[in-house]
Amino acid sequence: MFINFFFSLKSHGVPVSLHEWLTLHRALAMDLNECSLTKFYHVARAVLVKNEIHFDRFDLAFLDIFKDVETTDEVLEKILEGLKKVKELKLSEEEKRQIEELDLDQVLKNFEQQLREGHFKEHVGGNKAIGTGGRSTQGAWGYNPAGIRIGQGESRHKRAIQIAEKRTFRNYSSNITLDTRQMKVALSHLRSLLPIAPEEKLDLENTIDATCKNAGELEFVWQNREKKASKVILLMDVGGSMTPYSQLVELLFSAASSQISRFKHYYFHNCLYQDLWTDMERSESIPTQEFLKNEDNDYKVILVGDAEMAPSELTWRNGAIDYWYNNDTPGIVWLQRVRDKFKDSIWLNPLPTRSWDYVHTIRLVRDIFPMFELTLEGLDDGVRHLLKSAGKVYV
Amino acid sequence: MNYFQGTEDYVLSAALRDSVNVSIALGRPLLIKGEPGTGKTLLAHSIARGVGKQLIIWNIKSTTKARDGLYVYDTVQRLNDSRFGDRDVSDIKQYINLGKLGQAFNSPEQVVLLIDEIDKADIEFPNDLLNELDEMSFYIPETSETIKAIHRPIVIITSNSEKELPDPFLRRCVFHYIEFPDESLMEEIVKVHHPDMEKKLLRECLKKFYWLRQFDMLRKKPSTSELIDWIQALIVGGISPKAVENELPFLGALLKKKEDTDLVTGSDKNHYAYNSSSRTSRNVY
Repeated sequence: MFINFFFSLKSHGVPVSLHEWLTLHRALAMDLNECSLTKFYHVARAVLVKNEIHFDRFDLAFLDIFKDVETTDEVLEKILEGLKKVKELKLSEEEKRQIEELDLDQVLKNFEQQLREGHFKEHVGGNKAIGTGGRSTQGAWGYNPAGIRIGQGESRHKRAIQIAEKRTFRNYSSNITLDTRQMKVALSHLRSLLPIAPEEKLDLENTIDATCKNAGELEFVWQNREKKASKVILLMDVGGSMTPYSQLVELLFSAASSQISRFKHYYFHNCLYQDLWTDMERSESIPTQEFLKNEDNDYKVILVGDAEMAPSELTWRNGAIDYWYNNDTPGIVWLQRVRDKFKDSIWLNPLPTRSWDYVHTIRLVRDIFPMFELTLEGLDDGVRHLLKSAGKVYV
Repeated sequence: MNYFQGTEDYVLSAALRDSVNVSIALGRPLLIKGEPGTGKTLLAHSIARGVGKQLIIWNIKSTTKARDGLYVYDTVQRLNDSRFGDRDVSDIKQYINLGKLGQAFNSPEQVVLLIDEIDKADIEFPNDLLNELDEMSFYIPETSETIKAIHRPIVIITSNSEKELPDPFLRRCVFHYIEFPDESLMEEIVKVHHPDMEKKLLRECLKKFYWLRQFDMLRKKPSTSELIDWIQALIVGGISPKAVENELPFLGALLKKKEDTDLVTGSDKNHYAYNSSSRTSRNVY
């Protein structure tokens, strides 16, 4: 059963390696989980899962395997139902000492035996059987320090299955669409594109020169090694079929502007043509030609849109969706120009990947830009794609 | 596994306590992630106090190199010294300065080592430390010396997930994600910092605080540490619970950006306005 947990994790898409699995076994061999399923849940999660976006899948896998396991915690709860709270017992110091001498193994054995004999119903007080307020080793509010404490209703700590069932980390899961926090995390990876602070380095040649001129007295010359900054441009599709995603795009927007300081953005509707809008209402614009001419080519370009349109909008002259708008050059040519101008560009699509093959224009756009889904994972992959070629920029 | 039970001034959840103890027992670094201000750095301080060990802090900056943590060979100083001959420049040892990691290994007692904000550094940084953290030893070629940990330090690593950490590095860590505390846990946390606080004021503050955090469009959500500062300000200022309920005094302690303040003050009390407000329409160059 236990090895099944490993495979269940794998099949739920938690990237567990054998290395980590063995570490977990080591932890179990050291009895770090202390025979408690809740502790086991914590230990297993800490050892096996290394990213909070996988916590939810871990929960699911955990539920799959351990849902029907009857834990001691559960049995104890059943017992508790039969118990009533009574006044606490007063014991002499001598008696307390005697009780302290009992060890946990003995207690557990005794406990199991009692359980089998069905002693636990409605038992109050007494020295031997399970009950409340007694000196016996089982039950709540008792005196025995080695005794089994049964959830006195004060415990804040829930059972593992309950924790897993709650699925608190659902929102961190990577395949549901993003919220701001997650976008910020994903976009913050882009920060590695930003300049690395100037670094002091000994300029050897100039040091030698200066030292020679100084008649052999050492003279240090330092140089600043500054790496080139790279920047981000966001081009977003607004209006029409993107309206349902406008909130999502807005989130991306606010996340981007707070995460990246060298950041420009423009809007378009369905496809790029000779004008790029500088506001969402599409009332002010700059010529795309000028945009392509003026911007440095080391900007990283992210286009966001569903790329779902009539094929004519992409391939025809005057194909733009707005009847008042005439374009001499088909949109697809503009897209190619953007791609050719900038070294790195990606397209983020809020539509799920599985639908991409059914939309003709998406296939066309995918031929031009590498396309990624607008989810945490897709954004991550996209950013990584942008970063991969970062080496080119720094050369 | 009861190495660490928490300290009086640090409230921790059962899951976090288990993670800490697992990492200590296994001798693996504990990687802590979580929203800013959830007490990642403080945890290391608390662990050090809880287990009664010395704490060594290695703050990572964007320019930090993995080697800096091990040792620095001050060649320039040596070159400089060669000019006056006031130190024996053939003795390289005196120009080797151990970094934080080196100090932690070299310490005669077990220490707690905090590697703070590891994600600030270069993307290759964690990979460069793999072997050192595994073996807890490193070699200094200049003096052909090997520094080996006398006692494996308890290593705590914090990250704000600005950069993805490499998989081989993650495999060697125990991981914990600190969730943002819910209201009841937050109440306890505040009580630790302000034990004599009026109950009514606390309740009002928490209500406002969680209300503020609901704004999705905030550039920077207020965190625990800001809440504690804010409450401090309220207590010092002698603000009554009623005033907190009706207005937001000292908002500057919670919100640090002008856009955020505008957003909150401009919004209606009945939270109707989240998300639809504040669209950024400026270019930042």
